[in-house]
Amino acid sequence: MSAGGHIGHSPPPFFKRGPAPLAQLTLFVSFALLLLVADLRYGTLEPTRLMIATLLWPVQKAVLLPVEGANDAGSYFANLTSLQQENAELRKRQLAQANLLLRQAHLDNENLRLRALLEMQEKLDVPARAADILYAARDPFSRRIVVDRGSAHEVELGQAVIDDLGVIGQVTRVFPLTSEVTLLTDKNQAIPVQVGRNGLRAILAGAGSGTMELKFLPANADVQPGDTLVTSGLDGIYLPGLPVARVTSIDRNNSFSFARIECVPLAGVERHGQVLVLGKRRILPMPEEAEDAVKKPTMGRKARAAALKSH
Amino acid sequence: MIQPTHSSRRILLPVSGWFIHFTLVSALVLNLIPFGRLPGIPDWVALVLAFWCIHQPLKVGMGTAFFFGLVMDVANANIMGQHALAYVLLAFAAGGLSRRVLWFPLVQQALHVLPLLLGTQLVMLLIRMATGAEFPGILYFLSSFVAILIWHPVSLLLLLPQYRPVERDDNRPI
Repeated sequence: MSAGGHIGHSPPPFFKRGPAPLAQLTLFVSFALLLLVADLRYGTLEPTRLMIATLLWPVQKAVLLPVEGANDAGSYFANLTSLQQENAELRKRQLAQANLLLRQAHLDNENLRLRALLEMQEKLDVPARAADILYAARDPFSRRIVVDRGSAHEVELGQAVIDDLGVIGQVTRVFPLTSEVTLLTDKNQAIPVQVGRNGLRAILAGAGSGTMELKFLPANADVQPGDTLVTSGLDGIYLPGLPVARVTSIDRNNSFSFARIECVPLAGVERHGQVLVLGKRRILPMPEEAEDAVKKPTMGRKARAAALKSH
Repeated sequence: MIQPTHSSRRILLPVSGWFIHFTLVSALVLNLIPFGRLPGIPDWVALVLAFWCIHQPLKVGMGTAFFFGLVMDVANANIMGQHALAYVLLAFAAGGLSRRVLWFPLVQQALHVLPLLLGTQLVMLLIRMATGAEFPGILYFLSSFVAILIWHPVSLLLLLPQYRPVERDDNRPI
């Protein structure tokens, strides 16, 4: 090989550093900002997210194993007396609720007949699906949990999630095998409620640090500390009458147009355990639409109500 | 570039790209462990990324940071681009500091890394606060302090495959 060939060789990579750092920084920062805007404003990145999340799922499952193992080991060594106590407690609670539960079917039937008599729309039953909470999402800015039921188990976006004491949140993202539930205490989560005592309707929103705030009620609104708030069902998502929160403190400062009403969730919103994902509530048609539905060949609600009445 | 610190007499073997990526993926797996809202858990990916950007600025840079940031965004269910932006800025700052930081002993290196990690957290905080999230409390910043406490063992661990055997061989030039 000639000497000229040697000279023509590329130099050792001392000086090969790619584009200048500042150029790289500009490129990647603008790309990241583009992603931020695309995700926040237009929500166009959900398919990408779904794809990466599905690829990551085996890793996440593997990482979860030692955590679950530690929890299982902990509960294995829970002593006998505490289990017996819990058992006795549960029996007592079951007995206390037996009165209500046994008459539930009878009351449901009666309610159905009365509604048919009054030509009101029948109340809908929604199916429920039990799910285990896998973990709380590792994001200090929001309050979300991940449960082990996803689109493979027919979980849909927007379904309500409850535990044995009340509403804990709403499904906000569905992956094939898991789904993400935004808790009621998240600052961006709101739920329409009414005061159980007098039916006053309002909106309850997360206020951060595990509390909630009843918004946009005038300073003289009839709310008292200790009042229980239940879902009003006006949103078409949550069933009406589910317990949500209890009012803890009210600040009626006349210099503000609204009272500041703080509440705490009734359900174990921040605790781990089992939850129930309620099926999607069907939106009842408006009265005019119901009229149209009767004319269609499929049997409308009013027609069904009439059929019930004639029985 | 291949010494634990520039003032050290010890010369290290060249690093393998395979090992760099292995450690970054391991950090990602550590980050996936669900600790819930427990404060003070270090961001392992940011720590390992800062380490490699300081030690190997030619091999690990903003591209790697951007990729691992995106994966973290999905894994943590954040806004897409939140970790990516913060990690890119971290990689830029760490790469710029790399020629200075390595002249210091490990403890003082950790003090150099602290503002980098705090800045990363601050960027994420600003992004989330601007989009209406709640302030997570001042304990949020604890994880950076925990991370620099373990900078010393993490540095030694990540440099382990590059150490030469200690025994001297007179026939070897170095």
